[in-house]
Amino acid sequence: MDLFEYQARDLFAKHDVPVLAGEVIDTPEAARAATERLGGKSVVKAQVKVGGRGKAGGVKLAGTADEAVEHATNILGMDIKGHTVHKVMIAETAPEIVEEYYVSFLLDRANRTFLSIASVEGGMEIEEVAATRPEAVAKTPIDANEGVTEAKAREIVAAAKFPAEVADKVVNVLVKLWDTFIKEDALLVEVNPLAKVASGDVIALDGKVSLDENAEFRQPEHEALQDKEAANRLEAAAKEKNLNYVKLDGEVGIIGNGAGLVMSTLDVVAYAGEAHGGVKPANFLDIGGGASAAVMANGLEIILGDPDVKSVFVNVFGGITACDEVANGIVQALQLLKDRGEEVNKPLVVRLDGNNAELGRKILSDANHPLVQRVDTMDGAADKAAELAAAK
Amino acid sequence: MAIFLNKDSKVIVQGMTGATGMKHTKLMLADGTNIVGGVNPRKAGTSVDIDGNDIPVFGTVAEAIEKTGANVSVLFVPPAFAKAAVVEAIDAEIPLAVVITEGIAVHDSAAFYAYAVSKGNKTRIIGPNCPGLITPGQSNAGIIPGDITKPGRIGLVSKSGTLTYQMMYELRDIGFSSAVGIGGDPVIGTTHIDALAAFEADPDTDLIVMIGEIGGDAEERAAAYIKENVTKPVVGYVAGFTAPEGKTMGHAGAIVSGSSGTAAAKKEALEAAGVKVGKTPTETAKLARAILAG
Repeated sequence: MDLFEYQARDLFAKHDVPVLAGEVIDTPEAARAATERLGGKSVVKAQVKVGGRGKAGGVKLAGTADEAVEHATNILGMDIKGHTVHKVMIAETAPEIVEEYYVSFLLDRANRTFLSIASVEGGMEIEEVAATRPEAVAKTPIDANEGVTEAKAREIVAAAKFPAEVADKVVNVLVKLWDTFIKEDALLVEVNPLAKVASGDVIALDGKVSLDENAEFRQPEHEALQDKEAANRLEAAAKEKNLNYVKLDGEVGIIGNGAGLVMSTLDVVAYAGEAHGGVKPANFLDIGGGASAAVMANGLEIILGDPDVKSVFVNVFGGITACDEVANGIVQALQLLKDRGEEVNKPLVVRLDGNNAELGRKILSDANHPLVQRVDTMDGAADKAAELAAAK
Repeated sequence: MAIFLNKDSKVIVQGMTGATGMKHTKLMLADGTNIVGGVNPRKAGTSVDIDGNDIPVFGTVAEAIEKTGANVSVLFVPPAFAKAAVVEAIDAEIPLAVVITEGIAVHDSAAFYAYAVSKGNKTRIIGPNCPGLITPGQSNAGIIPGDITKPGRIGLVSKSGTLTYQMMYELRDIGFSSAVGIGGDPVIGTTHIDALAAFEADPDTDLIVMIGEIGGDAEERAAAYIKENVTKPVVGYVAGFTAPEGKTMGHAGAIVSGSSGTAAAKKEALEAAGVKVGKTPTETAKLARAILAG
């Protein structure tokens, strides 16, 4: 889960990483009081989870509270690379910046460890620095069990060639930033720029944090950081029901068991769709191994509630779960939806394979539901579902 | 021969006495796995009857190894306790720990992987968030259904459980030497490369099927490894071409970040290494068949 800048700022502050004062608002008028609290000047910063907002006009300096309201009026609702601005941060104006640095900790998947990236050339995208001036980027592996001690932080500072006069201050930032990384179960904590200001202090002016959703069991406060406004209506409904669902922009609704098989199903439908006017998958939905009637019903309800969906492809491989149970689940789910008063009027193509497939297929045939068609191969079923979606 | 697991494997189950542990211990036993014990400190000294098999419960992994000579542990321990359980297995120096658990925090898996490395890699970790591995006809350590296929000469390594089953099913008439589900998490103990190296060295494997998915660069690195080190034919499949950027697709590790981790890049890297890559699981199976038919 990627956080907004203001949320990253708050987490940094919680773990004593030096930051400027700032608060988030969502109406232009609130910019006035917030700016007054900061002494009558502020920076109005669009909160979007995408880079390049400065160039897009999403960051403005306000010399007065009136100006802050004006900027907030312009920025709220602005579209930045497809992201609508719903919130702005009213931040303390930065003291005169002397130098801009970059520091981050992240998960290094390739080496299955953590990594520190540091550079004295901050302020721009680190990928850009790495591409044009690789010698200016210091990458230091961090042992997950040893972490970032003061000695390790000094090693990073030396590797990135930070000037001697800021070394102690950057070491302090690194140790506190590592605290944030560990204590918040983050996958990424990035400060860019880390600014040296005229007073000699080193301050995190902007940051990115990404949190591990698997750690929510021990991070109860993280749930409140979710961006509920941005979530699609169907995604929000699916999350309520504990379904693993991602909305896509096609026409064929997809239900399957197992993340890999569902991803594969999306691809197979997209290939099949090429021959049917370019129809595409409408969603990712993994109902998992169990696939009980109730879970199937919840899944179908979400998918049938998507106005973009023209046909549905249920693709199940019975591993531990037996296909007869899945078939019963489908039949019961359709009945359940009918009982709930839901309108079920989109064709379903069902492919069952694996454990007890014959029994499962027989159950579907016997039920003889007018909307359900059985196709017994994955490629064939994908083609049929695409054809039905194209015909609608 | 097969890889990592065979008829001589003596298997213990950490978390055996929970509902999932019991269900799958029963299934593993039915597949002929030599289950020699379970581990649960609160039930140490008792035993559990599973379909007429009297399975002793030990207090620790170390005790289980001492009493039974166990060399494989399968873990069904919930996410909050998984790190401690894996660390215990590493401390006991069990040669193979298969971590089935889904939903382990990355900081925990990074910590236990680093711990295994610091202890000299005496314990191979498979997973987490994986279906385990099976050597058909010999032993089954995990949740892969034992009745999909039979012993044969194809080796399979996959990030995804259900795609493992699908592929075993597609090629069920030919059979498999071993099938290894390495898991869909960002940090896993055994990689595609580890399994490819083992299959390359395994005289009972003639062809390797490798299944990948979006996220990270494991497939690209596997492709580079294949080019340099693998002489046996490899057939590949990659899932997630239609996955949008920045969205986690079910598996915690299955995410395209910016332009990295895409299925297209993985397919391209594999093909550049001489791997035939199928567009669908069924087409992939056909490619494998064609190669085996000569």
